Amino acid sequence: MSATIKPVTGARFSRIHGVGGYRPTRVIPNSEVLNWIDSSDEWIRTRSGIAERRWAGPEESVAEMSVQAAGKAIAMAGISPEQIGGVIVATVSHLKQTPAIATEIAQRLGCGTAPAFDISAACAGFGYGLSLADGMVRGGSAGYVLVIGVERLSDLTDVTDRSTAFIFGDGAGAAVVGPSETPGIGKVVWGSDGSQAEVISQTQAWDTAFAKPDAVNGTGEEVRWPALRMEGQTVFRWAVYDMAKVAEQALEAAGITADQLGAFIPHQANMRIIDAMVKKLDLPPSVPVARDIAETGNTSAASIPLAMERMLERGEAKSGDLALIIGFGAGLVYAAAVVTLP
Amino acid sequence: MATREEVLEGLAEIVNEIAGIPTEDVALDKSFTDDLDVDSLSMVEVVVAAEERFGAKIPDDEVKNLKTVGDAVDFIVANA
Repeated sequence: MSATIKPVTGARFSRIHGVGGYRPTRVIPNSEVLNWIDSSDEWIRTRSGIAERRWAGPEESVAEMSVQAAGKAIAMAGISPEQIGGVIVATVSHLKQTPAIATEIAQRLGCGTAPAFDISAACAGFGYGLSLADGMVRGGSAGYVLVIGVERLSDLTDVTDRSTAFIFGDGAGAAVVGPSETPGIGKVVWGSDGSQAEVISQTQAWDTAFAKPDAVNGTGEEVRWPALRMEGQTVFRWAVYDMAKVAEQALEAAGITADQLGAFIPHQANMRIIDAMVKKLDLPPSVPVARDIAETGNTSAASIPLAMERMLERGEAKSGDLALIIGFGAGLVYAAAVVTLP
Repeated sequence: MATREEVLEGLAEIVNEIAGIPTEDVALDKSFTDDLDVDSLSMVEVVVAAEERFGAKIPDDEVKNLKTVGDAVDFIVANA
């Protein structure tokens, strides 16, 4: 008879204990965007609801913004960094792939030898990280897990592209997930659709970009830094109609009805998507909706925790309220869940 | 199967609901973007509502060809 492996036991339930954000200091109003593209403030506001966005400076690296945001989340959770048993960093704009930026962040925060890794799930990155963290806490592989969504999308913005130059912003948002006596994170409804991989994507792979220099191959073709591009109408359709169904599934899985929500915090992709989603979901007017995009732009993986922090800060939602969160983006990927606000 | 008149009437109601344009302004020769101020994202909402109402599938690739109300009516009548 073979020996038996000692079973692992985790917490019965999990919840978000703290949330924190970092917004870069440099504000880019629409008037500045108009230096790059032929457009107008009104056009940008009507199409996206964005009035300004923040762009990171040289000192505001992916790691630096993450450390700032995570520090606030850890402080709010009331734990010490050594208690963190896992660091998950969701990002698509850390341009040095190896090593993962999560290890440097964990080290700078003082998280000891906690496992630390990056994930790539674009605008669903925070939800993906939350699902992993919830599983780690309940599965017994970690006590507290730090989930960070961080982007410097300005590094991947084509400022000459009229359809995307005004959309993206930079920033970091973090949450501490840990044990709970009551359920604080509903089933994360997540998934992917690779058949639509090209709907939102980087314009070209790095190897293609670097293979082009024409001193080598002599084509004379201009070498362009890769940027993010998307097919606006297709994304809008998918985000509004398909994602409303995913949001409904998350509510149903949590056994919560829309009128019981204290906040709706969708990924801040575009105000028009948010408005159409609210309409499609038939959300009661009493439920506060995150509209951080007006001042922050689309910060991909960082947008949900940034918006969550802001709603709590401004008293639009309060600790203990139930929030429906949903992220969706390049992949295509999505993740939605009902969570208790910290 | 809906007639052209029925589709036009239904489409006018949809455009009114989504973009607030008076139904009588939604005529066959009107351009969605230039005359009715229906932008690309509102157009997606119009298309989805039209699909639901008339049972026609309007692929994303086709939407850019629907420049006037008449284009949309013809496409829906042919594909419903």
